[in-house]
Amino acid sequence: MNNSMAQPAKTSKKRMLIQRLAFAIMSFVASLTVLVIVLIVVYIFAMGYEALSFEFILSPPSDGMRSGGILPAIIGTLYLTIGTGILAVPLGVGAAIYLSEYASDNQLTRIIRIAITNLAGIPSVVYGLFGLGLFVLFLGFGTSILAASMTLAIMTLPVIISTAEEALRAVPQSFRVVSISLGGTRWQTIRKIVLPEALPGIITGVILGLERAAGETAPILFTGAAFFLPQLPTSLYDPTMALPYHLFVISTQVPGMPIQIQFGTAVVLLVFVLGMNLIASIIRSRARARRQW
Amino acid sequence: MVTPMDKIIIENFSIEYSDGVESLRNINLRIPTNQLTVLFGPAGGGKSTLLRSINRLNDLADVKTTQGKILLDQVNILDKKLDTISLRRKVGMVFARPVVLPFSIRRNLTYGFELAGVRDTTLIDESVVRSLTQAALWEEVKDRLDEPANSLSGGQQQRLCLARSLIQQPDVILLDEPTSGLDPISTLKVENSLQELKKDYTIVLVPHSVQQAARTADTAAFFLQGELIEVGSGVDIFTKPKDSRTQRYIEGRYG
Amino acid sequence: MDNLLIPGSRHQTAKTRFTQAAEIVISAIIKAMGYSAIVFVIMIFVYLMTEGFAAVGEVPLSVFLSERWYPVEGFYGILPLIGGSLLVTVGATLFSVPIGLATAIYIAEIAPRWMREILKPVIEILAGLPSVVLGFIGIIALAPQLRKLLDMPTGLTALAGSILLGLIAIPTIVSVSEDALDGVPKSYRDAALAIGATKWQAIWRVSLPAARSGVLTAIMLGIGRSIGETMTVMMVTGNAPVMVRGLQSLFMPTRTMTATIAAEMGEVAQGSTHYHVLFMIGLILFLISLIVNITASAMVFRVKKRAERILS
Repeated sequence: MNNSMAQPAKTSKKRMLIQRLAFAIMSFVASLTVLVIVLIVVYIFAMGYEALSFEFILSPPSDGMRSGGILPAIIGTLYLTIGTGILAVPLGVGAAIYLSEYASDNQLTRIIRIAITNLAGIPSVVYGLFGLGLFVLFLGFGTSILAASMTLAIMTLPVIISTAEEALRAVPQSFRVVSISLGGTRWQTIRKIVLPEALPGIITGVILGLERAAGETAPILFTGAAFFLPQLPTSLYDPTMALPYHLFVISTQVPGMPIQIQFGTAVVLLVFVLGMNLIASIIRSRARARRQW
Repeated sequence: MVTPMDKIIIENFSIEYSDGVESLRNINLRIPTNQLTVLFGPAGGGKSTLLRSINRLNDLADVKTTQGKILLDQVNILDKKLDTISLRRKVGMVFARPVVLPFSIRRNLTYGFELAGVRDTTLIDESVVRSLTQAALWEEVKDRLDEPANSLSGGQQQRLCLARSLIQQPDVILLDEPTSGLDPISTLKVENSLQELKKDYTIVLVPHSVQQAARTADTAAFFLQGELIEVGSGVDIFTKPKDSRTQRYIEGRYG
Repeated sequence: MDNLLIPGSRHQTAKTRFTQAAEIVISAIIKAMGYSAIVFVIMIFVYLMTEGFAAVGEVPLSVFLSERWYPVEGFYGILPLIGGSLLVTVGATLFSVPIGLATAIYIAEIAPRWMREILKPVIEILAGLPSVVLGFIGIIALAPQLRKLLDMPTGLTALAGSILLGLIAIPTIVSVSEDALDGVPKSYRDAALAIGATKWQAIWRVSLPAARSGVLTAIMLGIGRSIGETMTVMMVTGNAPVMVRGLQSLFMPTRTMTATIAAEMGEVAQGSTHYHVLFMIGLILFLISLIVNITASAMVFRVKKRAERILS
């Protein structure tokens, strides 16, 4: 026992050294990661900045896609994002309400959760395959905004369900109990208290889900995306250009494509996606400040 | 024998949860009309469970079996076909922690009317004033009705919850340790309100201390581990309890 | 409706009856929505199965398990593709796990508050970067640099793919691990400190082991993410379906299963053997992700999952 009293100074110096080393490594790695990410974003913006002009954003491509603007791709991504939202949000939020407010903890519920987890993990290209097989071919929608949106919607579903359910569960259970004790039905309680209070969280989750859908290429590769379209799509059954697909093609398959246009396209896509990210963050922090619980 | 003076008659009532917690065994109890009945006893005795059975709030919990009857105005409210929504308007409840809804003070009160689809603004406004007065809160909030309810102090919030439970003029008010988190002054205000209210309402109270039980009870029922040990008038039970277990609890030998 | 009423009719309003009827309809709709996830998973599985299994009839197993993928001439050996996916995924995991874990530990245990407010949003930004953008960076910047640095004939190699996939997997690993570490009760840490441990010892010997299942989940999800990634690998790994032979393959072009589907699906005739084989590959990917996810779920039981969503 006396020996341990003689050791403390030496071992604790050694331990402190280890700690300092470990902390230094961790913070170095974390900082490096941050640096790399920031570098990537800055690099793209810096290189693509020159290509940005009103003409670039607002006019269609010309000269065999090698100059002009990328308006149709921007509009196409907008269409697809909205289409995905219309399909995935009601279904996703409804499923989330079911899981949070109605489902009891039994085997069926557990299977549903496993199914959602699996949907979340399926590779995006497999969704594209499925969308091709079912929507484009079997149901005959053809390469279209409709098929692509439906494919993207199924892919986005698990994200929306998860975040919406989390937002609903965060609402204190005591509110529900009080509402029932005052003579409310379960749906009245959801409609008047739970849903409104969970709404900011749900919206944040929806935006993040749609942000991902906007940036995905593989699901729309064979279901709705096209590269060279002389006109904007006029119906749901038309194919459309889209920013991520456009970037993919012009950076890999078009010889002689000016580098500024490639960077410019990347910038626009980034602005779209990161902009949604920013909006979601703002909604989230403002809602937290205003919460009455 | 059923007397018209008994608002609630509990007959051979037993209930068991799926995990066996806080069950009740064969309860027979009469709650007299327009009196303050106290259910007291050590924790785990089943008092909250009984309270939540009276307004069928137990439907939300994981209940395994229920037996017996609970008659409210001669109607068995445990019947599966019962309109529980109307029941919960006839039986109001105040919980242990003040739970104000994330609305304004006014909307907390009118929420019940909202649920019921009542739109008569004159009736609603009068009810707001009346219920806040009954809960001894009107003077303090009359100029702040549109402020968020969570800007009130704990004691005020609980009185708001009391007013909320009164606003649709139920017949019965159930209170589950309503003053457990409150300071002595707020506690006193609530107890005084209850004494006033019992003229018009039937009150069932689970107190948070034996002293509160003794202060407020017209009738008192002692519960121990899911069984009803003894019932009596407030005066009798706390001065000459018949059962030794009641006696020992009142004296503070256990709890 | 035959509802038992209580005397005292002022409590029963017309709205109550309507409300209760609406309640039943709405509950049914919501319930149906809840089942939708199961329906979709089954649909996808069934579809992949029917289209993929047709290949079983058309292509003998020996051809499948051969080392040559050249569909034009009827060579449907998927081993190089599986090898490519594995190679790139292993590389990505070796890259992303240490970095992701270190970052997660830093954020959860070491970083001061202001640092955390910077780190978390930046990681979220990485999570939001579309894979095609990262692939683009790979082509423009990473591959040429690798080529120069390592003196290779081309930078479009498995290594480039691994690096980028690693980047893509990092946010997943960071957020799930961070959640796991946050979930360790503070009392554990305090107890360790109280008996004289340094902060680092508390992290290394107490918090991390306690968060073990969450961290493993994070790694599995990261792996799942890497296997399933398509665009980045398609743009950056050179698209050469050659068999993987040892470490040196890391510095050579390769092709993953995902890239194969994406690259060739556009050119196949519906119903052809090639078409069915591609579906078969899709089925394999689906099953892999199924296994990864079920394993990860089994490990979770109490740790909150933040797989693809970042909501705090």
